Amino acid sequence: MSCMQSSSNTARARRAVQQLRIEASIERIKVSKASADLMHYCGEQGKYDPLLMGIPASENPFKDKKPCTIL
Amino acid sequence: MGEMEELRKEADNLKDQITEARKVVQDTTLQEAVAGTTLVGRVQLKTRKTLRGHLAKIYAMHWGTDTNCSKLCVSASQDGKLIVWDTLTTNKVSAIPLKSSWVMTCAYAPSGNMVACGGLDNMCSIYNLKGKDGNVKVMRELAAHTGYLSCCRFLSDSEIITSSGDCTCVLWDIETGTEKTIFAGHLGDCMSLAVSPDFKMFISGACDFTAKLWDIREASCRQTFSGHESDINAIGFFPNGNAVITGSDDATCKLYDLRADQELITYQDSGIMCGVTSLAPSLSGRLLLAGYDDFNVNIWDMLKAERVGVLAGHDNRVSCIGVSSDGMACCTGSWDSFLKIWN
Repeated sequence: MSCMQSSSNTARARRAVQQLRIEASIERIKVSKASADLMHYCGEQGKYDPLLMGIPASENPFKDKKPCTIL
Repeated sequence: MGEMEELRKEADNLKDQITEARKVVQDTTLQEAVAGTTLVGRVQLKTRKTLRGHLAKIYAMHWGTDTNCSKLCVSASQDGKLIVWDTLTTNKVSAIPLKSSWVMTCAYAPSGNMVACGGLDNMCSIYNLKGKDGNVKVMRELAAHTGYLSCCRFLSDSEIITSSGDCTCVLWDIETGTEKTIFAGHLGDCMSLAVSPDFKMFISGACDFTAKLWDIREASCRQTFSGHESDINAIGFFPNGNAVITGSDDATCKLYDLRADQELITYQDSGIMCGVTSLAPSLSGRLLLAGYDDFNVNIWDMLKAERVGVLAGHDNRVSCIGVSSDGMACCTGSWDSFLKIWN
């Protein structure tokens, strides 16, 4: 029983090492480039972001239209 | 045992290699890079609609996607119902009674044809919304997980990905009701998952405090992100698919860049001491909306990592949050049994 346990422990450890090998081998870009790309995306897309830019009442489908009163 | 000792040494070496490789590309920090960027002005969103109808805690909600149903959403409550709402009129399009009331997650298929849910029954149930006679019926019950279903997301009408308390995520063939791929690797309950905008990858957050990036077709784990000091409850992609946001019981959210393979910034405040339950980025990704155990949603400037707004309106924990696919509104769901639409 303990023999089976230890061989499954070894199998698990082997898999963990194999996974770490994969993760260690990836290509990484510089944080400066990653940051610049995020900033650029936010800059470009921000103008189309309703929650960021605010939604004019007339274009807000969720805003209840109040009836007009003519005084 | 000689081999175990060797494997442990190799694992430690590889972990050190990864740490080193991440440092090598850390030529700056996001914080430094955005030093010249102006902070977003105060964001004040108002409750536009309150969706009333559930009789118990709401655990999950998910918006429908473009064209078909961008103003429809589905919510799941432990009153044993899934409700599909028309958020513009607040009408209930469908109220679906569930076999098991212990539901923890729900999802809307991109096509608008189906919804799915699951929870302590360990199953993912798929419902056809467009049945011939107009009745909503169970189409499939996907059973194989040995732990609770924490999250599910459709890739299409024929495939869905689930995350479970059994520490795995699974890709299912809905037609045959079988598991196509099992994604194993997390050492704790998987709590949340999100699919990349191009549908090629997905990320999972777990109680082992890590987030993992998975390649769906290669059936492999590409990257693992650490740093959180407690369970990750919520996870999402930055809109361009190049970064991942996580929310944790450690009261912080973190932004990890996939191509730099590291954490870029942490969203935290000494005044926030309770766990993050849910999160959603705004359309451009500039705003991060995160729900917390203290009944509030905090709105963060994602680049500057400063709080720029609060959504206060629920009388209990905010358990779920989502931004509609056109970015026009945010929906929050709470243990107070209500959903609110804000913009």
